[in-house]
Amino acid sequence: MLIHNADRRMQIYGALLLLPAAVLLGTFAYLPTVATLINSFFLPGFRGAPPEFVGLENYTVLMEDRTFWRVARNNLLYALGTIPTSIALALGMALFVNARLPGRGLVRMAYFTPTILPMIAAANIWMFFYAPQIGLFNKLLGALGLSGVNWLGDPGVALTSVIVMTVWKEAGFFMIFYLAALQSIPPELKEASDLEGTSRWSFFWRVTFPLLMPTTLFVLINALINAVRVVDHLFILTKGGPNNATNLLLYYVYENAFSFFDRTYAATITVVILLVLAMVATLKFTVIDRRTHYQ
Amino acid sequence: MNARFTLTKSGRMSAMALVGLLASGPLTAQAQTELTMYYPISVGGALTDVIDGLVAEFENEHPDISVNAIYAGNYDDTRVRAMSAIEAGNAPQLSVLFSIDLFDLLEQDAIIAFDEVIETDEEREWLDGFYPGLMENGQIDGQTYGIPFQRSTIVLYWNKDAFEAAGLDPETPPENWEEMAEMAAAVREASGGEQWGVMVPSTGYPYWMFQAFAFQNGHRLMNEEGTEVYFDDPAAIEALEYWVSLSRDHQAMPDGTIEWGTLRQNFIEQASAMMWHTTGNLTAVRNEAGFDFGVAMLPMNTQRGSPTGGGNFYLFKDSSEEEQRAAMTFIRWMTDPERAAAWSIETGYMGVSPASYETEALRNYVEEFAPAAVARDQLEHATAELATYQGGRVRRALDNAVQAALTGQMSPEEALKQAQAEADAALRRYARSR
Repeated sequence: MLIHNADRRMQIYGALLLLPAAVLLGTFAYLPTVATLINSFFLPGFRGAPPEFVGLENYTVLMEDRTFWRVARNNLLYALGTIPTSIALALGMALFVNARLPGRGLVRMAYFTPTILPMIAAANIWMFFYAPQIGLFNKLLGALGLSGVNWLGDPGVALTSVIVMTVWKEAGFFMIFYLAALQSIPPELKEASDLEGTSRWSFFWRVTFPLLMPTTLFVLINALINAVRVVDHLFILTKGGPNNATNLLLYYVYENAFSFFDRTYAATITVVILLVLAMVATLKFTVIDRRTHYQ
Repeated sequence: MNARFTLTKSGRMSAMALVGLLASGPLTAQAQTELTMYYPISVGGALTDVIDGLVAEFENEHPDISVNAIYAGNYDDTRVRAMSAIEAGNAPQLSVLFSIDLFDLLEQDAIIAFDEVIETDEEREWLDGFYPGLMENGQIDGQTYGIPFQRSTIVLYWNKDAFEAAGLDPETPPENWEEMAEMAAAVREASGGEQWGVMVPSTGYPYWMFQAFAFQNGHRLMNEEGTEVYFDDPAAIEALEYWVSLSRDHQAMPDGTIEWGTLRQNFIEQASAMMWHTTGNLTAVRNEAGFDFGVAMLPMNTQRGSPTGGGNFYLFKDSSEEEQRAAMTFIRWMTDPERAAAWSIETGYMGVSPASYETEALRNYVEEFAPAAVARDQLEHATAELATYQGGRVRRALDNAVQAALTGQMSPEEALKQAQAEADAALRRYARSR
């Protein structure tokens, strides 16, 4: 009886400890998710009339929406373009500034600077880099005698331009995580491998990289979330144009909700995004996590 | 206004008390009416300072009203801010929003007509005092919902030095489409490919620029009720073909889309000899250009024309009668001829009423700086800006078509046919319900 009581008290104690997080998550994550799901089964009210229940109609419309597929494809390319590049770049920069080199603090700061700029400010700077006639890039190309590119106005190049800017913005942030991880690797490992005569190349692949795997996983998830979550720069750079060439999923949601006043369609797209993200996250935590070596 | 109000209220008081009241100035025990207003700035420059200055001046003259003016980004951002505030139960009493948001605001049941708030004949007169061309986007079914404030048309800016260097008459801007293409090509050639002939922005508000081309070709893109659009009409297709030909056939304009936000800089750095842009940029160009420039009406094909653009004052529902009256007082003060004149001089936006061009300040300004009158003179050839129900979707369809044609993804005809189909789908319910 006494044991049972103590057990129950422990349970209540535990539940109370969980409560603040549960309340916050419930209010700001689960409740909106459920509301979004419910919204996606309705059509918006017509001239003041209440919303009309239509079941899965929004989803069938979405499946046939060419713009949606275009935008989804863009987002996939955007993810493939930004995630591996920014991670590789971050790792490279971290290795570089982890070594002994003159002015190390300065270089670290330089790499980190893009991260502290707000996305909107960064996009405004890059807009003038990319401007076809007066922009930095075309001036440089012009000095080499090359004719310039319409970086944001040519549908074949625009998405790549947006990707390049994103990588520039994100790599420095991920570098910080790698730098911290690198500094926690015990120096004895390096000394031992030097005694064994291991080449730097195989030391990196056999020792450093596996030890960095938890960081890589963390950074990978963050990069993926950012690829779907951060669209601030589109407002400044392209507004999703030309002709949807740089439109991304979240921006499309925004357009539907706030430019077209079609909240329920926006909700439908949101539900689809959530499903895809949930699938990817599950995959990551089951497959990749098992192969990750935690110290 | 306020002085009269104070007098009637204190009519029963003794002269002594009256003196005392006046002496105590703005610190009287009167309850203040608080107003919230969102406003956009879509062109570069320190216009927020100008608005803040005007608001401060108003509050000084009307101590019983306090105005909380919130700068909320461009037109789209401002609409989002205002609509979110309404949904949160915290509606502003008035706002400056895009003139073409009228249909969407009506559909969201967010605004009221000025006719409902107006009481006296004098106010009715004030309502009739604006340029009719600027009222087009603000009226529906005989009711007025939008009062013109920061309004513009598209004008042609040209660089006189560049014209001279290309052997053209620096004082003569192009009269029609053909001349514009020829002059632009001439500049391009004379500069050895260093300078472009003309730039028409195709991001930001492509539909607006396209509307100008279409109207110059004698074609209106929508009906007055906002329920139908006519994008794939032969006259519209021809207009888009001309726009595309400026880069493809005449090599006078860069390929691809041209960024709205950096275009002014392009013109100021002489990367282009001509640009089409809002009059809202006039003062900034005047301050920054290191060369001689002129401003002209847009060239014509079968007729002259430009859509109007810019922001109107709207009154919002869910405010008390007292707040609505105070909002009226503020809007009347802001659109007063003297203020409209000052605002126009400060920015390049139009004086919104004939009376504002009669003021000494604006008369002198126009005399000394002739370009300031171009927007006004063009008004007689102006058409309403593209406004329909489902405006966001419809404009987006047209924007995409324009960009697809300019970047060579589709022919103008294909692109406009697709835009027409998309717009028809969006407007289906509205066409039926009429």
